[in-house]
Amino acid sequence: MAEHKKDPIMSVEQVTKIFSSGVFFRSYTTAVQDVSFKMYPGTVLSLIGESGSGKTTMGRMILKLLRPTAGKIYFHGRDIATIRGKAERREYYRRVQGIFQDPFSSFNPLFRVDRVFDQIYDVFFPELPAAERQARTREALLKVHLHPERTLAHFPHQLSGGQLQRLLIARALLLDVEILVADELISMLDASTRMGILNLLVDICRSTGMSVLFITHDLALGYYISDYTMIMHRGRLVEQGATHEVYHNPVHPYTRMLFRSVPDIGRRWDPKERFIPEQVSREIEEFYSANRGRGLVQVSPNHAVLMSLD
Amino acid sequence: MAAEVILDVRDLRAYYRILKGDVKAVDGVSFQVRRGEIVGIAGESGCGKSTLAHTLMLRKPPLTHISGQALFLGRDIMAMGREEFRQLRLRKISIIPQYALDALSPTKKLGEFVADLVREHGIPADRAFWAKVEERLRFVNLDPKVLDQYPIELSGGMKQRAIMVVSTILNPELIIADEITSALDVSSQRFAASLLVQLRDEGIIGSAIFITHDLAILYQIADSLLIMYGGHIVEAGPVDTIVHEPRHPYTQALLNSLPKVGVQVKDQRLEGIKGTPPELLEIGPGCRFRERCPYRTERCEQTPVTEAITPEHTIACWHHREIGGERVG
Repeated sequence: MAEHKKDPIMSVEQVTKIFSSGVFFRSYTTAVQDVSFKMYPGTVLSLIGESGSGKTTMGRMILKLLRPTAGKIYFHGRDIATIRGKAERREYYRRVQGIFQDPFSSFNPLFRVDRVFDQIYDVFFPELPAAERQARTREALLKVHLHPERTLAHFPHQLSGGQLQRLLIARALLLDVEILVADELISMLDASTRMGILNLLVDICRSTGMSVLFITHDLALGYYISDYTMIMHRGRLVEQGATHEVYHNPVHPYTRMLFRSVPDIGRRWDPKERFIPEQVSREIEEFYSANRGRGLVQVSPNHAVLMSLD
Repeated sequence: MAAEVILDVRDLRAYYRILKGDVKAVDGVSFQVRRGEIVGIAGESGCGKSTLAHTLMLRKPPLTHISGQALFLGRDIMAMGREEFRQLRLRKISIIPQYALDALSPTKKLGEFVADLVREHGIPADRAFWAKVEERLRFVNLDPKVLDQYPIELSGGMKQRAIMVVSTILNPELIIADEITSALDVSSQRFAASLLVQLRDEGIIGSAIFITHDLAILYQIADSLLIMYGGHIVEAGPVDTIVHEPRHPYTQALLNSLPKVGVQVKDQRLEGIKGTPPELLEIGPGCRFRERCPYRTERCEQTPVTEAITPEHTIACWHHREIGGERVG
């Protein structure tokens, strides 16, 4: 990837995650394999893949919810596996946060939504007086374009999915978040509400220098929001680079197949093409064997493609 | 030349009757489906699009038919008894419901599920029937071996194909597909959506109603579009007209909020629609989009009358003449 003037906030180096299951007959599933990337301040990095590609597992490793089987993840140069103990972990989560697909599951339906803010204060700023807490919460809510009176003291079911996602973004704003893992953040939202959330995320990113890992299956949204794009297939990053280059000059057969399936308004699918998604496995095999020995190739300064597995 | 109308829905109203009152989810909806046509119904969550499908297919309390007709091949299915309608189901009119992926019984092999289903409809699961099932499975690029497998062994995309085969096995005149692509990966989405077109082109199904929140998919496969908002159809017409020359402020705003490959936030900011859809419980008269509409006037307190701009293009907005066409995309 391109040379950045700034140092990366986070650096993922050759991370692999293997899940094992079964007691008597152990079986292993490689969810993430040999993945490396860097996250820079003020940028949005999309991680695009279909179900089972390992994208969520990758996000969970950054959030220290899962431990890599091999490889390292560095946060400001420090291996996050060495972050242990309550105080250190708390410090880490002050800087690295996640927001997930289903906003309703991030809230306890029995409590008012304010609780998610109170939890943040109790854990991170216990000495902060109540008045100051309230002022900070209101400020954060206004930043995400929510009306404090119309959201605070409400129960989750009284608010829409879009409002709840904004609340969670506001919650992240209370901390000095440097890395936000947004896993399918807007997949459950309607077309008319999700744009507001995306614009908001980009604005925060640009103004605070926060870096977003935007995990999605939606290619058009990924294009809209991200500076860099990574395409994940069966645990591997098969193509990555500046969004514009990856989208307009896809090289890997899997990336090409994905782009052929995007429903784009103004450009119709070729009705004559017999499109069968599973054929891509064979195309990938052929592609790898035709490029044997080349491995990860930098096809342009801002664009790298996995040409073969050896 | 216009083909025969096979479904003619006239001023249909279906409300959820609950303790607090009526939720007016389908409120005066009229449209037609012609033979061979794929009609797309688009709208956001809570606009009544799925309720419309349920009203036509599987009305269960508290969903109650209030008034209006739905003439299917000339007979009003709203006036039919349970038994009479059962004769039509699967044979003439069939639904691929939302969450169909979970509809398969986890403890039954796919073949047993299919056998039970057709037995329920009084259709013999004989050799000729299974030969047809296998042929259709091959048509969707599935190995007939899947009949011997449990749902858990199949991926989402494969399950969706199997369900589409089952729902269309008796060559229905009309299929209602409710959000069949929303739970799928992009590549499976394209396959499932294109499959509907193929089934139509092969004459396996007559016509289809494709319900989704995803306008971009409808653009790919539909012949005509109905845009629903708050239980009303606000605009309807041929797909290219709606997508490129939308006249209703809601359709215009919705299209403007869609991301397209080629549009990046740093070059062009797309805007959503401010506000939220109306609560349909005991909702009064008036245009239901008015709270979010930049063109709102006092007149919008009355429910707009649906007018035809051209014979195919209809709109329900008091101000469509002043607003005019906005070319999008």
